[in-house]
Amino acid sequence: MSRPLLLTCLALAGLVAASLCVGAASVSPLQLFSDPEGVKLLLLSRLPRTAAAMLSGASMAVAGVIMQLLVRNRFVEPGTTGTVEAAMMGLLAVTMLAPGTPILGKMGISAAAALIGMAGFLALIRRLPPEEPLMVPLVGIIYSGIIGAGTTFAAYQADLLQYLGTWMNGEFSGVLAGRYELLWLAGLVAGLAYLYADRFTIAGLGETASIGLGLNYAQTLWIGMVTVSVVTAMVVVTVGAVPFVGLVVPNIVARIMGDNLRASLPVMAGMGAGLVLASDVLGRIIRFPYEIPAGTIFGAVGAAVFLWLLLGPKPRVR
Amino acid sequence: MIAVRNLSHRIGGAPILTDLTLDLPKGGITAIIGPNGAGKSTLMGLMARLLPIQEGQVEVDGHCVARTKTEALAKRLAIVTQRVGVASRLRVGDLVGFGRWPHHHGRPRPEDHAAVERALEAFDLLELRGRFLDELSGGQNQRAFIAMGLAQETDWLLLDEPLNNLDMYHARALMARIHGLSRAGVRSVVMVVHDINYAAAWADHVVALKDGKLDFQGAPREVLTSARLSELFGMKIGVEEIAGRPTVLHHA
Ligand SMILES: Nc1ncnc2c1ncn2[C@@H]1O[C@H](COP(=O)(O)OP(=O)(O)O)[C@@H](O)[C@H]1O
Ligand SMILES: [Mg+2]
Repeated sequence: MSRPLLLTCLALAGLVAASLCVGAASVSPLQLFSDPEGVKLLLLSRLPRTAAAMLSGASMAVAGVIMQLLVRNRFVEPGTTGTVEAAMMGLLAVTMLAPGTPILGKMGISAAAALIGMAGFLALIRRLPPEEPLMVPLVGIIYSGIIGAGTTFAAYQADLLQYLGTWMNGEFSGVLAGRYELLWLAGLVAGLAYLYADRFTIAGLGETASIGLGLNYAQTLWIGMVTVSVVTAMVVVTVGAVPFVGLVVPNIVARIMGDNLRASLPVMAGMGAGLVLASDVLGRIIRFPYEIPAGTIFGAVGAAVFLWLLLGPKPRVR
Repeated sequence: MIAVRNLSHRIGGAPILTDLTLDLPKGGITAIIGPNGAGKSTLMGLMARLLPIQEGQVEVDGHCVARTKTEALAKRLAIVTQRVGVASRLRVGDLVGFGRWPHHHGRPRPEDHAAVERALEAFDLLELRGRFLDELSGGQNQRAFIAMGLAQETDWLLLDEPLNNLDMYHARALMARIHGLSRAGVRSVVMVVHDINYAAAWADHVVALKDGKLDFQGAPREVLTSARLSELFGMKIGVEEIAGRPTVLHHA
């Protein structure tokens, strides 16, 4: 096991313990495992909540790095390029037109919308000059702003504005057993991406280098896009997207470990899980017994890190 | 042999290559020369299926490039393009390792590791193997990509302006290396070069392109003459015989 991976796992273990023990209901660690009420709390709420934070963090970090390799730009993630907004638009459309649709159906339509949104973004940036890498995230922000504005307007018309907030800003206080299990599927999809780690790394070298190595570039692009869309939609539907996870985590890990996904993907997943879980635990502690959504905490810190990555010293531009 | 038959290529209506027919002999080094914009890179791209063939045909050892699966072709032909592009943050050793990917698709065998070691050593990259590509100089970066192409260990190796960023030492080392491989009958190398003296010193066959058409081709001693080169580049070029081979004195 590589050293970064080992450190990530250790940190994760500590965070899981903290997450199981911290919460509005004051229960001692001992009671959690012995007292029947404590066990119930653990199984119904604390464990699902911990799993939900970890799964969404891990899968969004993986989605982020896949998108970065396919776009060949470090400054993109589903939340800054219109993919999250498109997923929300799809979800809003089902909620308005067929509110009775089962959750898997809603997720499917949301994923399809996310895929279309991502394809639109890729088509848009094809025309950008390669020597101006900062244009890509800027165009992404404008593009996502346009889709987001359309979604907000539709939600306003339908009086569904309050939904948008929950889809956009990941929050785990409502997670209970039976209401988050779709996230295991998101984790599974992100895990399956590991089978394609080499292919995504090669795609990151560009289309001509990929063809030269005999990679089926179009197929790799499609598999990557479907992975990103499905993960994004599942997270949006269940707990809401946590902004900047897909951007911050891959950037930090790539600085240390580089772009060889076979080595770095497990660390990225672990760090995504850990940082989102840490945000959630912090959110429970800061204004105890009230809670601050994990997405708010990560969003604030992540925005600062994003700006630093863009404008800070020695930007690593692809 | 790479057989090019009636190859034409247009970009946005503008003719880039026009009805090109030529044979690149198997074994040895073929140098492609010609002024900027002559279509050298386009020809290389078409031969290596990086660009879709619009009109005409290319066969690599009897395999039609347009109809052969890209995975299969990656075991016959490797290409290092002129602009290797903005670097990924990969370690040099990992990049060269991906040159073996067409052969093992993710499960490297001992012979794959051995090929990577050979390529790293050939390009003086053993000490740089742990460095990230985006922390290298232009020449080091280029050597890493050429080493990846070499590690692919294909019958055909296509190099587009491989000497561009290299210092004299590494340029000579590269030429000596591919010359050795081509002499041993292991590889056939096709390379675009601008310094005619490299072509004169190392190539077995020279192909000159101008305005997307074949200008002349043949053995260096026969075709690298003052008259032909002056016509090709549109300037007076003197050629002297030094140490038994034609030498261009372009500063004279
Ligand atoms: N993507 C492209 N779009 C438009 N024109 C191109 C493109 N690629 C090459 N060309 C044109 O095709 C011609 C041949 O280019 P190229 O094959 O790169 O020349 P060489 O490698 O001999 O310098 C040039 O005139 C160049 O401007
Ligand atoms: Mg060229």
